[in-house]
Amino acid sequence: MQSLLEWVDARFPLLKVWNEHLAEYYAPKNFNFWYYFGSLAILMLVLQIFSGIFLTIHYKPDVGLAFASVEYIMRDVPWGWFIRYLHSTGASAFFIVIYLHMFRALLYGSHRGPRELVWIMGMVIFVALMAESFMGYLLPWGNMSYWGAQVIINLFDAIPVIGPGLSEWIRGDFVISDATLNRFFAFHVAAVPLVLVILVFMHIVALHRVGSNNPDGIEIKENKGADGIPLDGIPFHPYYTVKDIVAVVVFLIVLSSVLFFAPELGGWFLEHDNFTPANVLQTPPEIVPLWYFTPYYSILRACTPDYMIYLSIFVGIVGAMTLFSARNIMVKAVAVVTPLILIVGFYTLEAKFWGVVAMGVSIMVFFALPWLDRSTVKSIRYRGWMYKTALGIFVVTFLVLGYLGTQPPEGLYKALAQIGTLIYFAFFAFMPWYSQIDKTKPVPERVT
Amino acid sequence: MPVLSVAGGGNGHKLDPVSIDLEDKVSLQRGATIFVNYCLSCHSAAYMRYNRLAKDLKFSDDPKESEKFVAKNMLFAADKIGDLMKAAMPIEDAKDWFGVAPPDLTLLARYRGPDWIYTYLRSFYLDEKSPSGWNNTVFENVAMPHVLYEWQGTQKAYFTKNEEGVKVFDRFEMIKSGTKSPQDFDKDMRDLTNFFVYLGEPSQLKRQRVGWYVLLFLALFLVVTYFLKKEYWKDVH
Ligand code: HEC
Ligand code: HEM
Repeated sequence: MQSLLEWVDARFPLLKVWNEHLAEYYAPKNFNFWYYFGSLAILMLVLQIFSGIFLTIHYKPDVGLAFASVEYIMRDVPWGWFIRYLHSTGASAFFIVIYLHMFRALLYGSHRGPRELVWIMGMVIFVALMAESFMGYLLPWGNMSYWGAQVIINLFDAIPVIGPGLSEWIRGDFVISDATLNRFFAFHVAAVPLVLVILVFMHIVALHRVGSNNPDGIEIKENKGADGIPLDGIPFHPYYTVKDIVAVVVFLIVLSSVLFFAPELGGWFLEHDNFTPANVLQTPPEIVPLWYFTPYYSILRACTPDYMIYLSIFVGIVGAMTLFSARNIMVKAVAVVTPLILIVGFYTLEAKFWGVVAMGVSIMVFFALPWLDRSTVKSIRYRGWMYKTALGIFVVTFLVLGYLGTQPPEGLYKALAQIGTLIYFAFFAFMPWYSQIDKTKPVPERVT
Repeated sequence: MPVLSVAGGGNGHKLDPVSIDLEDKVSLQRGATIFVNYCLSCHSAAYMRYNRLAKDLKFSDDPKESEKFVAKNMLFAADKIGDLMKAAMPIEDAKDWFGVAPPDLTLLARYRGPDWIYTYLRSFYLDEKSPSGWNNTVFENVAMPHVLYEWQGTQKAYFTKNEEGVKVFDRFEMIKSGTKSPQDFDKDMRDLTNFFVYLGEPSQLKRQRVGWYVLLFLALFLVVTYFLKKEYWKDVH
């Protein structure tokens, strides 16, 4: 055994990789609950790829066969129901894990320097993951698969000039058809998973370069012992491997409870309208994406013509605040010109187009987080009431928007979604100010 | 695009709750028998095989006998026990007759939910304005005739207007009683609904059974991993 290892190590840096990333990777000793979700995300990625391969063995990407092939898996393939539910429940579980993983960064300032690239790679993963699940949802060729894809892809039509050509290019046809199903299949099973695996690899390489943050937001590398090892660090292996395994088991218990006892989760994980095959002539009573997209869907639908006045006021205020607080003349110019262009745009282009823009921005704005946050401390433990309040309101707003996205946008619900959209953007737009003036507490030297 | 008239209709007919019990094999067998005899002529259940039905519903304790029973008593629209449950009537004919093809019913319960099915089956009423002579309070202008009217009898529906002036369902009145008492008919429809719930997901019982073993295993594993973690972390302060 030992000689085999030596033989391999002479030809491949096995020991070096093992040490650098596990046995001698020093992680802060004060990781808490929120730090489990990175390893759980890796677990979910592996489970999705594993179950996906088994599904692909029996699934048929053809509009005439797709729906029946899924039912074939559910009925005739031994343990096919398990594989299918693992994949469908897993998709939702993956998003829960990722949302909590991202929320941890908002709590402890993990996106702040020197971890900006870790965060940016994470955001690229997040966008890729959304593309992955959006395309995967078309594959069972249920009625909601069809109409959901129809509605979302038609959105691109609203983009001036290139819109119609673009949406046709995505579909490969004038309507959602066999061509669309086939290309989505190719992307869902090959292209995007490959990209995800590579991105996750880079995400972790980047993290291990700078080292993990922790609930105190203190750089443990600034307090090293004589041996060069951070005083507050412990080797990832075995300490965090054994700790993460406990979390994996608890997580699997939750996952299994849904998978085996409520795989539809009352229509939240598998929609009722997707148990009837795609039908061009029969629109589902309410077209709703799966829950993890509904906050953005709410934002999309909030942008109606009568909403433009509020958006105008909003960009006006943000522009004015930037104008007065910026020192650089270029920034001042941008702060004047951008709102003006936008306001002209709000009243000349379709509201639907601005809905698409707002939805895009609501996701992309996370990329800017490391630079929007101007606090002198990272962790929420040492921040003042402003950031805490803002984050609390943001979380509630995100959840409310998520719920509203599943409801018809009428009356009170529509008004709530419109207010929610403004709060959502306010969290980011005003962050440079409130995070800066917020009174902070002194940060201890060493982790607590 | 035409919009599907939805569950519970806009007309205020509340869905009647139904109790589902997949362990009740007698109920499932009765439901399957009604389905094969009265529905399969028009509707298919084309993701389901007869031999699966025989295996799960246990018409006899001996699996071979159960298959023989199904082959003898239920195989009207197919030749082989391994066949899918296709409808007896070709889709094109059905379209000519009813204007719409009767939809496949394999996944009905997952799509509509058991309460909707149970209510739908008991809510056909006479309507001269409809081509088939029938209408349904939870499925407005349904193209399906009331195929079980001999059992249930013939009922008329009464509607009132609510505060907003919208027509809402008030009550049914039996104008000609059927061959079955209302209690017996409801029981049959409950069995049929029960069968649809089974049909929508035949592996349900197995799924739950396996689930308990998985949870039990994970719970034991949790104890082991928890103490392993504790052991390693003893010296971290
Ligand atoms: C004479 C042919 C015929 C028979 C027999 C028949 N149906 Fe139908 N059924 C139809 C047609 C046609 C429709 C389509 C109605 C529409 O879309 O307006 C339909 C629709 C339905 C629907 C609504 C499906 C949906 O979700 O849209 C259900 C449920 C249903 N049938 C159940 C049954 C059951 C249970 C039986 C046996 C007791 C049965 N049918 C027997 C012709 C038939
Ligand atoms: C497939 C998806 C992902 C996987 C497998 C993954 C994996 C990991 C792992 C294993 C860690 C270290 C353990 C931990 O800190 O929890 C980590 C850290 C981190 N991840 Fe991810 N991640 C994913 C997606 C994301 C996304 C979408 C974001 C945010 C946009 C993100 C942001 C971060 C940040 C900022 C850290 C450093 C945290 C800290 O040190 O406090 N990750 N990730």
